[in-house]
Amino acid sequence: MRRLATALALAIVLAFGLQAACAQTLGAVKGRGQLVCGANGTLAGFGLPDPQGKWTGFDVDFCRAIAAAIFDDPTKVKFVPLTAKDRFTALQSGEVDVLSRNTTWTLSRDTSLGLDFVAVTYYDGQGFMVRKSLKVSSALELNDAAVCVQQGTTSELNLADYFRTNHMALKTVTFATGDDALKAYESSRCDAYTTDSSALFGERLRLVNPADHIVLPEIISKEPLSPAVRHGDNQWIDIVRWTHFAMIDAEELGVTRANVSDKLKSDDPETRRMLGVEGQYGEGLGLTNDWVVRIIKHVGNYGEVFERNIGQGSPLKIVRGLNALWTKGGLQYGPPFR
Amino acid sequence: MANEAQGAQRHPRHVASVAIQVILIVLIGGLAYGAVFNAVRNLARAHIASGFGFWNNTAGFEISQTLISYSASTATFGRAFWVGLLNTLLVASIAIVLATALGFVIGIARLSRNWLLARLAGGYVELVRNVPLLLQLLFWYNAVLKSLPELRDSVALPGGGFLNNRGLFLPRPEFAPGFAAVFAALLVGIIAAIALRLWARRRQERTGARIHFLWPALALVFGLPLVAFVLVGFPLGFSLPEMGRFNVRGGLEVLPEFAALLLALVVYTAAFIAEVVRAGVLSVSHGQTEAAQALGLRSGTTLRLVVVPQAMRVIVPPLTSQYLNLIKNSSLAVAVGYPDLVQVFAGTVLNITGQAVEVIAITMAVYLAISLFASLVMNLYARATAVVER
Repeated sequence: MRRLATALALAIVLAFGLQAACAQTLGAVKGRGQLVCGANGTLAGFGLPDPQGKWTGFDVDFCRAIAAAIFDDPTKVKFVPLTAKDRFTALQSGEVDVLSRNTTWTLSRDTSLGLDFVAVTYYDGQGFMVRKSLKVSSALELNDAAVCVQQGTTSELNLADYFRTNHMALKTVTFATGDDALKAYESSRCDAYTTDSSALFGERLRLVNPADHIVLPEIISKEPLSPAVRHGDNQWIDIVRWTHFAMIDAEELGVTRANVSDKLKSDDPETRRMLGVEGQYGEGLGLTNDWVVRIIKHVGNYGEVFERNIGQGSPLKIVRGLNALWTKGGLQYGPPFR
Repeated sequence: MANEAQGAQRHPRHVASVAIQVILIVLIGGLAYGAVFNAVRNLARAHIASGFGFWNNTAGFEISQTLISYSASTATFGRAFWVGLLNTLLVASIAIVLATALGFVIGIARLSRNWLLARLAGGYVELVRNVPLLLQLLFWYNAVLKSLPELRDSVALPGGGFLNNRGLFLPRPEFAPGFAAVFAALLVGIIAAIALRLWARRRQERTGARIHFLWPALALVFGLPLVAFVLVGFPLGFSLPEMGRFNVRGGLEVLPEFAALLLALVVYTAAFIAEVVRAGVLSVSHGQTEAAQALGLRSGTTLRLVVVPQAMRVIVPPLTSQYLNLIKNSSLAVAVGYPDLVQVFAGTVLNITGQAVEVIAITMAVYLAISLFASLVMNLYARATAVVER
């Protein structure tokens, strides 16, 4: 009896003494020897393991860039596939260090989930895919249609908003994973499938006859996709945010995987600061001064990552559009290294 | 004298036992309080919203099957919760009724002297209960229901219905105001039938004469409403489903997600219920049947009056477990996108609000309440049918 009481008392002490997993993510990552990255797992071009288990994609390369900056080794990442439903809980509970999974930055997510969005890595918008045989040329003709969508996404909410504001009747069929929603669409359970337009191009290629389906021209929402980290660890937020900015600035300054070692001898002061030849900018982040060199050497600049995974070097052939550099009419803009 | 000494000895030990129990309760209470307090503090520290304020916020998403009125623009997360809960109760209650009926038939069939029938029932049980329920659910949804014809090639059902891979669309009955009279007549008919049965039984106990009350009772239950229906002037219309540009509009819609979940739950649980029924029937010793036959009872009557009442005492407790399993298994709805409580509330609502602790706690409490209520009802039934020890 006394032993039981002692055990209970001990348990109480433990319950009171427990601390939430937060703060000092960098220390935890270094101690563990690898970064744990929440990724999509089913989205071609953004996050998808190949049959050998090697992960590829735009969001995946972002995590590799962080790992490269910390460890000088882009393979020191463990990817955890997450559904839209599980992603925030996985980040909150400390299961992953960073969520890089085509996640839209919204006000309520930023304020109520205990996490912070760091930077828009991809400017996206929601679109629709339909069968060609329906002879629909605009989303406004979809009155009374059944639409398949992944549950718990901004897509699900935008869809309801869009049909309501345009006074159209809607039948939604929701599924826990994008995969199930797409399968249901393909088996003609639904007339249309909706998600971010970037994903639509990739999903279309996974259908048996991609040519039988078209993506409608309407973009019905703003979907700024951003990696997210837990709220409160400012050093970690800075590291993740500046990993993105470094890749943007590298593209702007013409630093690529191929020429990064030559660029170390560059006379351009901004390039020299960025690559750590001058100044101690990397140490300010808690990293080494050559952190950007590591990122570019192993992963490449923003443009290279884009083209390789989703742009002209990939089956998706997505054009840069809003994601071009600001100097080329797009929205991607990195603050200066100074 | 000896007794007194024993009582005096027991007294302090009794006090100690009560004291230990009180301390234990305080410790467990403190532990629970500490865990909750700690969780709340950690949530606040991580800037994760907590509390139940989200309940009255606008939901903003659509649900494919709603038994109560629900619109994405005005409904709250609380409303979405009720929609999900009702969908869970709908599929679970229909599945319980059908699984019980199917299970009893198969359980009895497995005991049949007909070799083929018994082997077929045995094969069904062994096949169905050894394949995981989730696989069966995916089989019904992906292999069976998705292979139904597409919308354009819908099967037109007699009476104005459609069947396609988007569901089963049936004429929806629309009750005119006068239909209340029909319901009243039905109620009167049922009460009259029960009264008739009581009277028949009492008369049999008194005089020994058996009265066949089945046909008069059926006439009361079905005939009275029919007469009322004609007298009030056919107060019933049907709204027929019609083919729209994209979908079938109007009518009563049975979603394929619902049908798949119902089929899977019924087929799977019926196999277990069949075994429970078989065990119950076998538990009644053969001597009972022989005795009944010696008294001249026919085999149907023997089954109904001698075997089944005794078997039910063995059947009901494990049957309760099967019902509880079925209710909890209905949460596999997530796999096929049927909007039950888990899919709607612990899925979409959780994801939009991000309040995992509250949402999961509510969901668990609801399943606990449903299951406890179901076992309460079954325990009451078991107590009512228990052997009265004299």
